[in-house]
Amino acid sequence: MRIELIPRTDPSPVARALAPLAALVVAFLVAGLVVALMGKSPVSAFEVYILQPLGDPWSLRAMLVKATPLILIAIGLSYCFRAGLWNIGAEGQFVMGGIAGSALALATHGSDPGPWLLPAMMLAGIAGGAAWGAVPAFLKVRFGVSEILTSLFLVYVAELFLDWLARGPWRDPGGFNFPQSVVFESAARLPEIPGLDRVHVGVVFAVIAVVITAVVLGRTLFGYRLKLTGDAPRAARFAGFDARRTTLIVFLISGGLAGLAGIAEVSGQIARVIPDISPGYGFTAITVAFLGRLNPWGILAAGLVLALTFIGGENAQILLRLPFDLTVAFQGLVLLCVLTADALVSYRPRLVRQAGARA
Amino acid sequence: MADAAPASTATSSPAPVTLGDGTPALVSLRGVSKRYGDLLANDGVDLALAPGEIHALLGENGAGKSTLVKILYGVIEPTAGEILWEGRPVSIPSPVAARALGIGMVFQHFSLFEEMTVAENVAVALPDRAFDAVRTELAEVSRGWGLALEPDRAVWTLSAGERQRIEIVRCLMQKPRLIVLDEPTSVLTPQESERLFETLTRLSDAGTAILYISHKLEEVRRLCRAATILRGGKVVATLDPRASSAREIAALMVGSEVGEVRAHLSKGAGEEVLRVESLSLPPEALHGKPLVDVALSVRAGEVVGIAGVAGNGQSELFAALSGERLAPNAGDVVVAGTGAGRLGIDARRRLGAAFVPEERLGHAAAPSHGLSDNTVLSHHATSGLVKAGFVAFSEAARIARSVVAHFDVRTPSDDPAARKLSGGNLQKFVVGREILRGPTLLVVDQPTWGVDAGAARLIRQALVDLAAKGAAVLVISQDLDELFEIADRMAVISDGRLSPLRPASAWTREAIGLEMIGAHDEADAALAREPA
Repeated sequence: MRIELIPRTDPSPVARALAPLAALVVAFLVAGLVVALMGKSPVSAFEVYILQPLGDPWSLRAMLVKATPLILIAIGLSYCFRAGLWNIGAEGQFVMGGIAGSALALATHGSDPGPWLLPAMMLAGIAGGAAWGAVPAFLKVRFGVSEILTSLFLVYVAELFLDWLARGPWRDPGGFNFPQSVVFESAARLPEIPGLDRVHVGVVFAVIAVVITAVVLGRTLFGYRLKLTGDAPRAARFAGFDARRTTLIVFLISGGLAGLAGIAEVSGQIARVIPDISPGYGFTAITVAFLGRLNPWGILAAGLVLALTFIGGENAQILLRLPFDLTVAFQGLVLLCVLTADALVSYRPRLVRQAGARA
Repeated sequence: MADAAPASTATSSPAPVTLGDGTPALVSLRGVSKRYGDLLANDGVDLALAPGEIHALLGENGAGKSTLVKILYGVIEPTAGEILWEGRPVSIPSPVAARALGIGMVFQHFSLFEEMTVAENVAVALPDRAFDAVRTELAEVSRGWGLALEPDRAVWTLSAGERQRIEIVRCLMQKPRLIVLDEPTSVLTPQESERLFETLTRLSDAGTAILYISHKLEEVRRLCRAATILRGGKVVATLDPRASSAREIAALMVGSEVGEVRAHLSKGAGEEVLRVESLSLPPEALHGKPLVDVALSVRAGEVVGIAGVAGNGQSELFAALSGERLAPNAGDVVVAGTGAGRLGIDARRRLGAAFVPEERLGHAAAPSHGLSDNTVLSHHATSGLVKAGFVAFSEAARIARSVVAHFDVRTPSDDPAARKLSGGNLQKFVVGREILRGPTLLVVDQPTWGVDAGAARLIRQALVDLAAKGAAVLVISQDLDELFEIADRMAVISDGRLSPLRPASAWTREAIGLEMIGAHDEADAALAREPA
C-alpha cells in the first residue's frame, strides 16, 4: 500500500485561502495530544499558551517585540522563496548582522560618537547579513553548489563566531567573567516607541519592510521577475531575466533584512553582545513565511501568531513546567501542517494497493 | 491481407464480434467511454481490428486518440463499454495484463536509458530473462524483421530512427498479436519512415494487427486500408482512406472545411533583416547538438523555413538566434544591421526581433500565470509597459485582450492561467502576442506542433501575412507540408549543420530527406536530376 498524489485540475480558491487556518487548527490538536501524553491538561495549556498572553497588555507588547525579527526575516525570505531559492540560513545572517552592528557600538563605546551611530549600526547590520547571504548565492551561481546546504552550514559558523566574540575579544573585563560584552550606551540603543513601553522602533522597520515589499512584489517588474523565476525558470530566461543575477539579488535582500533584524534585536532588546542572541528566529521565520503564503500582509499576521507561541512558551515554562523544546516542536509542527495543507490543496491523495502498483 | 479488406467497408454500425464477412475480429471495442469530470474524452467508441489488419486511428489533438489507446493498453480504466479479445470479454487492468494478452505498444516518446546499450535497454524491460538470452534473441529478431540494430551500441549514439527500432524490437520480442504505434513517423526522416512502412507491412502479412495513430494523412492513405476518425471523443467515420481525398478526411477530423493558406504575393527580395555567418557553438548540455558553421539570411517580406528531424540542433539554433544563448562574436548574428551576437534577448527585441519558442508551456508562457502576466513576459523590454520599474498591469491586460480578440484565442474565462488553454489556443496566443508587437523579424520554432488543424491554419496565415507586411519571418519546423505551404526559401538542419538556402520550389522531398540524414552530395545530385 502506498499513497499517490494526483494533481487537482482546478484547486479550490476557498480551500487555498483556508489552508493556513486549517493547518493551525491541526497543529493545535496534535500539540494538545502531546501535552496530554505528558500528563498535563491540553485545555490549560491552550489557555496558558494563547489566551493569557492575548489578554495581557505586557504580553501583547512582548509579542510585538518578538514578532519584529520574525517578520523582518520572513519578509526577506519571501523574496528568495518566491524565486524558488531556498535560503535556510537566515539564522546565520541574523547573527552576522548583529555582530557587524555591534562591532560599531563597541568600537565607539565611551567616545560619545553622536547621532550618526545608530543609522550606521543599522547599515552595518544590513551589510553583515547581506555579506553572509552572498556566500551561498555566489557558490550557487559560480559552482552550482546547493544553496540549501551552504546557507544552513553557515548558520553554525556564524553562531560559533558570535560565541567566540562574546567569550573572547568582546567580553566585558568588569563583567565577572560572564560571556557578555559591556552594556551598550544609549546612543547605540534603538529607542522605544513613545507610549509603548519596552517596544523598540524595530517594529517600525518591520512594518516599513512589509509595505515596501507589498508594493515591490505586487507592482514592479522586479516582483514579476521573482514570481516568473520561481514559477517557470525557462520562461524567465525567455523574458530576458538572468537567473544568476536574480539569485544574487534576492540573497542580498534576504540576508540584509535578516541582518537588520539581528542588529535591531541586539541594539533594541538585548543591549549587549551575548552568545545567544536568537532563540531560533531565523528558522521560525521559515514557518512564518509559509504560514503567511509568502504574501507580505500574510507574513505580518503569521509573524504575530508565531511570536505568540514564543510568549506562550515562556508562560508555559513558568506556569506548567512544560519545556521550551515543546514550543520549538510546536513551531515545527505548524510548518509541517502548513506545507501538508498546501500540498493537499494542490493534490488529491490516493491510496494505491500494492497489486496495482506493479503495473 | 485479403481477409482484412472487408474491414475497410465497415460502416458506423456497432463493432461486431465478427467483421462484416464473418472474419473473427482479433480485438473489438464496444461503446467504450471515459469520463473526466465534465469532459467525455471517449464517448461510446466502437473499433474492431482483424488479425493482420493495419488500421489507422485519426484525429486532432484532444480528439481522444491517446485516451483510447491507453484504455486498450491498460493504462487507464474505461468508465463504460467493453473490450472483446477474440470474441471473449476481457478486462485489461494494467500494461502487464495487456502484454499478457498479446498487445504491444510503441510510444511516441521513447523510454530509453541514454547511457546504456541497446541490449541492456531491452533486457531492462524483460527482467525475468537472462541477459545473454535476451541479447541473442534481440539479434535474431532484429535480423529476422530487417530492423538493423547493433546490440552493444550505446543508445545516445543512435539516431531517432534507430531508437524507435529498439522500441519496436522490444515490443516484438514479446510476440504481440496487436501492435499500437503512436505517431511513429514524427521523429523520422522520409527514408526512415519508408523503412518503417516496409516492416509494418511485413508484420501485417505475418498476421499481426497494427493500430496506427497518426495525423499525417498521406502516410495513412499509403499504409492503411481502414481508418477510424475520432472527433471530440466520438467516432465520426470509419472509412477506407484510399477512397477518400486528404481534404475530405481533414474535414472529418476538424468538423469543417479546412481552408488553405492564402499565399502572399512575394514582393521580391527586401532588405536583409537577419544574417547569420559561420556561427558555431559547442553543445550546452550532455548529448546536446553543437551548431557547426551555420549561415543563413532572412530578408524583409519573405518566409524562410528550416526543415529537419527533431533533435538535430533546432533548439540550439533558436537559442542562439533569440539570445538566450550568446554567440562567440557580435558579428555571428546580425539583426537589422546591428551585430547582435553578444546581446541578450531583450536587446534583440529592442532591435525589432520577436521570438516564439517550441515549448508553449514553461518556455513561451508561465503555466500558472494569467495571460496578462504572460504578456509582460515578452513585452516588458519594448512596449512601454514598464515605467520607472513599475509595471502597468492594466495595460498588459489590454494587450492580452487584444491578442485574444485578434487571434481567435478561445479562453475559458477572462485572463485565465496559461495552462487552462488548449494547446492550439495557447499557441495562437503566444504567436499573436509577438505579432501584435509589430516585429521586423520573427523567429518561430515549431509554430504548429501539436495544435489542431484550425489553429494551425490561422497561425500559418498570420505568419504569411506578417511577411506580406514586410517583416522577415524564420520558421523552424519538422512539418514539411507546412514549410512547403508557407516558405519562400528553405534549408535543412541536420546534426547541427545547415544546408544551403534554396527557393522552396527548387527543393524536392527526396532531396530534403537526403539532407536530413546529412547526405549533401546525394541531395545535390537528386536536385540536379530533377527538372526545376
